[in-house]
Amino acid sequence: MRRTNTIILIIVLAIFAFALWAIFPLDGERFGRQGIRLGLDLQGGLHIGYQADLSSVAPGEERATLEGVMAVIENRINPLGVTEPVIQIQGDDRIMVELPGLDITDVEKERLGRVALLEFREAEVDENGEVTWIPATGTIDGQEKVLNSSYFKENTYVSTSQLGEVLLIFEWNEEGSKLSEQVTGRLIGKPLGIFEGDTPLLGDDGQPIAPVVKSQISTSGQIEGLSLQEARTLSNQLNAGRLPVPLKIIYEQSVTPMLGADFVAMSLKAGIIGLIMVMLFMIIYYRIPGVIASLALVYYAVLLLAIFKLFGVTFTLAGIGGFILSVGMAIDANVLIFERMKEELRAKRTLGAAIETGFSRAWPAIWDSNITTILAALILFWLGSSIVASAPVKGFAITLLIGVVVSMFTAVMVTRTFLRPFVGTGLARRTSLFTPYQGKENA
Amino acid sequence: MLDIIGKRFWFLLISGVMVLLGIIALSVFGLKAGIEFSSGSLLTVGFEQEVELGEVKEAVADLGYSNAIVQSTGAGDFLIRLPELTDEAKTALEAGLTTKLGAFEVRGFDLVSPMIASETAHNAAIAVAVAAIGMLLYISWAFHRMPNPLRWGACAIICMLHDVVIVAGVFAVLGGIFGWQIDMMFITGVLTVIGYSVNDTIVVFDRIRENLRKGISPDFAVMVNHSLVEVLTRSIITGLGILFVLVALLLFVGASMQTLITVLLVGIYIGTYSTIGVAVPLLVVWERKEWGRLFHPARASR
Repeated sequence: MRRTNTIILIIVLAIFAFALWAIFPLDGERFGRQGIRLGLDLQGGLHIGYQADLSSVAPGEERATLEGVMAVIENRINPLGVTEPVIQIQGDDRIMVELPGLDITDVEKERLGRVALLEFREAEVDENGEVTWIPATGTIDGQEKVLNSSYFKENTYVSTSQLGEVLLIFEWNEEGSKLSEQVTGRLIGKPLGIFEGDTPLLGDDGQPIAPVVKSQISTSGQIEGLSLQEARTLSNQLNAGRLPVPLKIIYEQSVTPMLGADFVAMSLKAGIIGLIMVMLFMIIYYRIPGVIASLALVYYAVLLLAIFKLFGVTFTLAGIGGFILSVGMAIDANVLIFERMKEELRAKRTLGAAIETGFSRAWPAIWDSNITTILAALILFWLGSSIVASAPVKGFAITLLIGVVVSMFTAVMVTRTFLRPFVGTGLARRTSLFTPYQGKENA
Repeated sequence: MLDIIGKRFWFLLISGVMVLLGIIALSVFGLKAGIEFSSGSLLTVGFEQEVELGEVKEAVADLGYSNAIVQSTGAGDFLIRLPELTDEAKTALEAGLTTKLGAFEVRGFDLVSPMIASETAHNAAIAVAVAAIGMLLYISWAFHRMPNPLRWGACAIICMLHDVVIVAGVFAVLGGIFGWQIDMMFITGVLTVIGYSVNDTIVVFDRIRENLRKGISPDFAVMVNHSLVEVLTRSIITGLGILFVLVALLLFVGASMQTLITVLLVGIYIGTYSTIGVAVPLLVVWERKEWGRLFHPARASR
């Protein structure tokens, strides 16, 4: 018995040492993972949900199209330098993008989901002098086709003219050449509008770019007037492929990293102070078992952090709720055990008997309440995955799940293993150290 | 010995009144759904210079959003709740605010389309319902050696619903007076309360189960009361333990988590009370088939 306990004690301490090594320094790297992974709500970042318009996609091709969209978005995200972006398909027509830690500007955000299909249009002036831009079309093999950037070769690049103007240079492919010849041949001396969707492409000066056609263009052309930054992005997007279908933002959550950092610091402080208060209370009320319970709580917190860090579990704001509940259950498990011990000690049992009976009597309650909670957490996690704005529910469930499992382990393995060595020592006879009431009065 | 079960009808009466008040509060004020459940945009801004809440309200209204709800976070930031904004509208609004109130930083921006909002509400409701059924089944199974195990599960779930209605009622009042909204933080809090409530009930039920097996009294009510008194200290100690964590959170994280902390403070204490005042009395009433006497508490408790 005593020997088994020593072995368990050593194992328990070894796990603790390993957990400590894993989490310190907290932002250090262990097993290729750095620090605790925080949800967007805590570390800042951008979470966007897009809905793809699949109306133009042939039946059966939806999945492949979405995967294409994902690849394109991934290409666009890479240059932003996000460490752990998440891009995933959700449901039949949605794409979720999570960019942690990024303070993204509106312009960058817009570029992420833009289709990047430039369409050339010609001006049509009606009798009142009002201008409408209609798609510039040509005919190939008897079919009327709109001149747009899908006929660009994927080798566009940005250059500057001798005058320092930014130029986006492109080359037409075979079909594009034919269309371009027809359109530019017809529009010499007239403006050629460039549109993205129904919005005109704006230059650096904020004015629509609509150059006047000077000569017939067949092989290559250039777009003048963009800002350097915009020209570069556009060139990349034209080359790396445009989105096959238009996207609409249906969900968006952005938090500045600064706000998140404040929050983490405050929560950590609150967590530590809360735990210290609980520990003091337990020690004052339960004496030596209280000290052991406090050690178990520290053990619990360290092990929980280590699991979060090593497995890359995301900790979110809602996780704090799960954390509180699991701390509550860790306290509860200890309280249940100690209350049982108290009853046994009052009945004049020896400390050793009181510990063993206390544990075995408290166990069914701990087991049932924890299993119910684990069950609920699993259901919430599983169903939570189907919610777009699911981060809170999932964050709550995963923290609760891990927290409860760890708290069960610490309450039983740690508390009991640490208490047993007191049996048979001089302290064990001083019952008052193990229970808030004098054993005699209640005998 | 403290006689709790003898006063079971009084406890049930008090709880009945609280639930009734909760339902009245809910029907009078209703719950103010946050954008997660009703769609729209939420812009969080922090101005460089000091700005009054009234000024922000006026500026936002001047910019064409007279229905916008503006709230101060307490940390000097403002939450502006608007209808679903397009990128252009957002840019225009930000430019307008800068002109009127000076430079500011966008601390956060949320946008939820109506489709996502209704899905979220729907799925969150399903998740909670399925979790409740799962817990009911597990409790019934865990107490399957008892006569009528389903009653134990049902009492735990009724007790949990009692807690949720009261918490929701409190929030309806807070929503009516201070404009507090039901957001994901609230849902997280309610989930926590549900977990705690059921957990607390199970611990007490467990003691009843144990004492029933031991056969400490042939009278179910006497035995239950004995069990309740035995675990009373544990309920109080655990409740106090959680209180410490909550107070620390309230002091250090404060304003940005007031919804969660409020739900927990109300919910955890209602949850602790309701095990003693609802779940166990209900079980006794059910086991003794005293439903008919529910409406004559004074006579019954004698």
